[in-house]
Amino acid sequence: MAGHAVQTAPLVELALRMGDNCLILGHRNSEWCGHSPALEEDIALANMALDLIGQTQLWLGLAAEAEGRGRSADDLAYLRDVPAFRNLLLVEQPNGDFGRTIMRQFLFDSWHLPMLRALQGASDERVAEIAEKASKEVAYHLERSGDLVIRLGDGTEESHRRMQAALDLLWSYAGEMFAGDARDAEIAAAGLAPEPDSLRPVWRSHVEAVLAEATLAVPQNDYAQKGGKSGRHSEHLGFILAEMQFLQRAYPGAAW
Amino acid sequence: MSSEWPLWEVFIRGQHGLNHRHVGSLHAPDAEMAIHHARDVYTRRNEGVSIWVVRSADIVASAPSKKGPLFDPANSKVYRHPTFFDIPDEVGHM
Repeated sequence: MAGHAVQTAPLVELALRMGDNCLILGHRNSEWCGHSPALEEDIALANMALDLIGQTQLWLGLAAEAEGRGRSADDLAYLRDVPAFRNLLLVEQPNGDFGRTIMRQFLFDSWHLPMLRALQGASDERVAEIAEKASKEVAYHLERSGDLVIRLGDGTEESHRRMQAALDLLWSYAGEMFAGDARDAEIAAAGLAPEPDSLRPVWRSHVEAVLAEATLAVPQNDYAQKGGKSGRHSEHLGFILAEMQFLQRAYPGAAW
Repeated sequence: MSSEWPLWEVFIRGQHGLNHRHVGSLHAPDAEMAIHHARDVYTRRNEGVSIWVVRSADIVASAPSKKGPLFDPANSKVYRHPTFFDIPDEVGHM
């Protein structure tokens, strides 16, 4: 399935990139279920995970329909291997402590919301509809993750230290959101999505405002880790898929 | 951690209800997060259109030990119920 020179259509590629981000980040957040520092945060993280998995169904459903190869959204989620996944490296990074999970969410949400708002003007109606539905959920995700970044950054000495460490660690994975490749150019040319780099100013100004309020220092190194969008992933994604896909791999077609 | 956070009582106005109803309680460090938590914990299944939160410590309750003097006297006051009026036929169903 992977590694062939089969070029996906721009619409399929966009839906896979959006859907895989939601799927992998949703799975990461679901790993907190039962382990969060407080019951209320546990439920909040699980809610967000479910929002993202719901969005995954829409995006991968669209990808499956648009590629017309007889596959379903479930097939795409459970039966593709690492190189076929199109998610950002950022969302597959390990949860770490609660602060790192929240920082990862904040950096992603700050991109996700303006991206979805832009997609509401997409040339394809199905893309615009999914984006409109998802943007309401994501507006709340961003409100919540930004609020927690401020509270923890401007919290105790220990929470500040942990948030700064999380920011320093994850910063190099943020750049991939704005690094366009050849596929992004085709997607933009088809009127489906903006060029990734065009979202950088709004992302940057929002992130810097929140980080300033959180008393966190913006890292100066803008080196960007890239590869996820074209299927070159970190070692973490394989472990995620091993857990997420186990059942369908061991018992093909199992349903309940 | 949550044991350090104060307790809040949560009231939700349902989609079709007129009044906010008490639905439960939760822990949160302040009012803003109490609203967030209430949204996440108590409105997951489309239960509400409005949320009130109030610190549990700010609620003044009647003392259970005063139950007798407070409530027993109302037991034998049937005339306080509006059940002794003849409803004219033209009023119809009430």
